[in-house]
Amino acid sequence: MKKYVCNVCGYVYDPSAGDPDNGIAPGTAFEDLPDDWTCPECGVGKDEFTAE
Amino acid sequence: MNETQVADRVNWVGYVDWSIRDFHGYETTRGSSYNAYLIQDEKNTLIDTVKGPYADDLLRNIQRHITLDKLDYIVCNHAEPDHSGALPVVMASCPQVELICDAKCKATLERYYDIRHWKIRVVKSGDSISIGAYSLQFLETPMAHWPESMATYLPECKLLFSMDAFGQHYATSGRFDDSVPLAVVLEEAKIYYANILMCYERPVNNALDAVKSLAPEILAPSHGIIWRTQVDKILSAYADWSVCKADRKVVILYDTMWQSTAKMAHTLYETVVDSGVQCKLISIRATHITDIVTECLDAAAIAVGSPTLNQTLMPQVAAALTYLMGLKPSGKSGFAFGSYGWGKGGPEAVNEYLEKMKFNILREPLKCQYAPDEQALAACREAGGLLVKAAELVG
Repeated sequence: MKKYVCNVCGYVYDPSAGDPDNGIAPGTAFEDLPDDWTCPECGVGKDEFTAE
Repeated sequence: MNETQVADRVNWVGYVDWSIRDFHGYETTRGSSYNAYLIQDEKNTLIDTVKGPYADDLLRNIQRHITLDKLDYIVCNHAEPDHSGALPVVMASCPQVELICDAKCKATLERYYDIRHWKIRVVKSGDSISIGAYSLQFLETPMAHWPESMATYLPECKLLFSMDAFGQHYATSGRFDDSVPLAVVLEEAKIYYANILMCYERPVNNALDAVKSLAPEILAPSHGIIWRTQVDKILSAYADWSVCKADRKVVILYDTMWQSTAKMAHTLYETVVDSGVQCKLISIRATHITDIVTECLDAAAIAVGSPTLNQTLMPQVAAALTYLMGLKPSGKSGFAFGSYGWGKGGPEAVNEYLEKMKFNILREPLKCQYAPDEQALAACREAGGLLVKAAELVG
């Protein structure tokens, strides 16, 4: 599973870590994140992320 | 050294805003300053500018040292208008100048200003530009506190132009930490941190690690006084604030209509104080949101009370909680409380905010109908014990 980087703030979504603070379990692929998931650092949507 | 000299051939040329009291909603009771710095070297370099209306003051201050045609570079560390607002005037007054910023900053400046005729050099973290005897090293600090935020380091002086980090809204005639009372500047730095940076824990921690590795001896922020004597104190304070480190302290926030929720708040307060734990009792309607969130920064437990008005919480409580929620205080415990008449809703609506802020919720909303009787006050005393326990968990 690929890591994705936020174009705005540089936050890296690591699928192996997930985003537990926001209800995303470790092991969740970026593609499987809900459409309304936002960057935990700066709040932009999934469309602002690029594969690392 | 005089009060504008930061280092050899480095001078403060900014503007002290003695009269500002409202900074995009942040109450600045002690005013502020927009700090710009002029480095005189083979390439004369201006670090940041000031708010738009004070462009002429900035130009006058620069001209105390050099004529405008001798300015070579401007570094723009942050595109927010309190630091970039004077750029259009300065760029027009100094057409030879090359503006230095990172790629995101350029894109943001483009949204604010007509930059088509500006000479711009884009830099990134790790880049360095020699300006003669001195050199400029750039350190991008994304989301501390905008995507394009950057700091600039002058290694020959061990001087970090830290942008908004370590800043304070504090108008003073002295420019340095040793020319003002330390308690006041630390208080203002804390208010600034709580209101501007609290929600950016991870980016701030990344930036702090990078700053520590530079081991700067002078921190020159873009607002307020410059740290040169107490650098360790502000770095240590930031280490605590950047993880929302709790004191053994309880905060009770409330609003009231007919004194019922106020009585509950006072009973909670007395219970906490009687147990020897520090407690702040804050009437939301009597206190500016700026101070409310500052008190929450280092609280271990926060109880929030609202009566029920039209089946929901009081609008002033909603305003305070909306502001606090955006600032994302981490690791707080607490609960909601308040009165209701016939339909319920106030304390429950408060509880929803606490859940969204991921509070460790100590109990279901504590409620009383119309006015607290002895039984309701006994429940408040019991609930106060939960706040005490949460505070006592702090080492």
